[in-house]
Amino acid sequence: MSIDQSTAARVAKLARIKVEEDQLPALASEFNTILGFIEQLSEVDVEGVEPMTSVTPQRLKRRVDEVTDGGQQDKVLANAPDAREGFFAVPKVVE
Amino acid sequence: MAELNKLGLAEARDALRKGDVTSVELTEACLTEIEGAGALNAFVHNTPEIARDQAKAADARIKAGDAPDMCGLPIGIKDLFCTKGVPSQAGSRILEGFLPEYESTVSGNLLDAGAVMLGKLNMDEFAMGSSNETSVYGNAVNPWRRGNDEAALTPGGSSGGSASAVAADLCLAATGTDTGGSIRQPAAFTGITGIKPTYGRCSRWGVVAFASSLDQAGPMTKSVRDAAIMLEAMCSHDPKDSTSADLPVPNFEAMLTGDIKGKKIGIPAEYRMDGMPEEIETLWAQGREMLADAGAEIVDISLPHTKYALPAYYVIAPAEASSNLARYDGVRYGHRAKLDQGDGITEMYEKTRAEGFGDEVKRRVMIGTYVLSAGFYDAYYNRARKVRTLIKKDFEDVFAQGIDAILTPATPSAAFGLGEASDDPVQMYLNDVFTVTVNMAGLPGIAVPAGTDANGLPLGLQLIGRPWEEGDLLNTAYALEARVGFVAKPGKWW
Repeated sequence: MSIDQSTAARVAKLARIKVEEDQLPALASEFNTILGFIEQLSEVDVEGVEPMTSVTPQRLKRRVDEVTDGGQQDKVLANAPDAREGFFAVPKVVE
Repeated sequence: MAELNKLGLAEARDALRKGDVTSVELTEACLTEIEGAGALNAFVHNTPEIARDQAKAADARIKAGDAPDMCGLPIGIKDLFCTKGVPSQAGSRILEGFLPEYESTVSGNLLDAGAVMLGKLNMDEFAMGSSNETSVYGNAVNPWRRGNDEAALTPGGSSGGSASAVAADLCLAATGTDTGGSIRQPAAFTGITGIKPTYGRCSRWGVVAFASSLDQAGPMTKSVRDAAIMLEAMCSHDPKDSTSADLPVPNFEAMLTGDIKGKKIGIPAEYRMDGMPEEIETLWAQGREMLADAGAEIVDISLPHTKYALPAYYVIAPAEASSNLARYDGVRYGHRAKLDQGDGITEMYEKTRAEGFGDEVKRRVMIGTYVLSAGFYDAYYNRARKVRTLIKKDFEDVFAQGIDAILTPATPSAAFGLGEASDDPVQMYLNDVFTVTVNMAGLPGIAVPAGTDANGLPLGLQLIGRPWEEGDLLNTAYALEARVGFVAKPGKWW
């Protein structure tokens, strides 16, 4: 399977990473190298094999559904590039 | 006591308890050494004031007779661990200026035990790399050189700063993390010991996530005994990590008897790779002989899906990374790009991530996005997860045959020159060919220095153990270490 420039552009868009137009050919070629390496997996007979969901057979723990944390607004916002009036600030989303 | 920074954890602990030395003295010796080792670029955020305070507190605890094993021992912390109020950037520009409001469980366990934090250690960006060349801080440098050749070598990656710092005696030990080999490969490249425990032994809480189903923390130390001491202090059950194992943590050090009589050591045929250097073959053969000499039974085994571990890893790890790294959006923490007039939220995401991530991280996030995207999910991601099931089954089958541990080379070569392998991503990925299977199967694995190559560079062997049997694995490694008698140290040029 070969990745062309428009696919590379689509993937960059999905990943929300800006890639300049002139860098797309190089990116597509890198993808193809890596996917070529991954392609070996098609040799493996996986008929009837369950995809792994957990590497250790432990059951996930359950706990009572109750509030265990909170009330730390100042700490939550402390590292924000732009925080105002107790909120994260972002560019206008809705007109 | 001369050159306190050269001590290992066990020796320093014993000296502290006897009153022969203080934590303040140990800490000062390391701080002086770190100051003179800028050329190694191992420590990237120094915390001398914190270290001095912690050392004083540790000395008081020791005096009061309340001293766990790690009390007063100065160590370095990989930049991937969130440390309260201390920069924790995961080697990335996107986390520039980030000061965590909390402490990771693993570093917290160490500090609670009285360990002294000297600073944060260099690493590949988001732990994605095998040479420490993807770091925003620049390359960490291996203290070892090829004879008199002055060419700078990689300490390996991603825990390159940790490996360099321990090998150069800038600290007594360091934390590392291992997603595909990031503790064991750098340990092998720098002549030190590194263990990745069973998945779930160490809490992942507060460790910046790369690939959550593969990531594990572990110690990087100057000996197997030190690894046992530090691993025990790092492990705990943590309700804040749903995959953390609710199992008692044994006293690993007490299990180091050196007696491995009757243990069955498997030698997997599939690890004999085409084009493997002769000296790696020889090292592996010597390891077999040493373990046999210690009374172990050497058994030829087969792990048939070995070849597919690396390609499956390069689907699963990027897929998980693309999801984990979606949080770097320029909103909650870290870098946000300067926006142009009219830019909306999508432009903010795209520009922030383009500026904040380095090339290798972008590459992996996008590969992960691709293999998870509609139409390719089954062909790539689900297939890789099925292959992962088969890889784990390979190990289960040999353990069911009574194999106690598996001996393999740690890396396909000795440390290479910085810049020598960074052009071709796939070539770089091959560094992890012997270590990545262990992460895929969630098993414990340890790298032990086992010899040197023709240029005098260290080479390591890897032992792989049964799940949750780190104590037994460490004991086998201890028996190997005793027979290898590796004492070489890098000559000081920095």
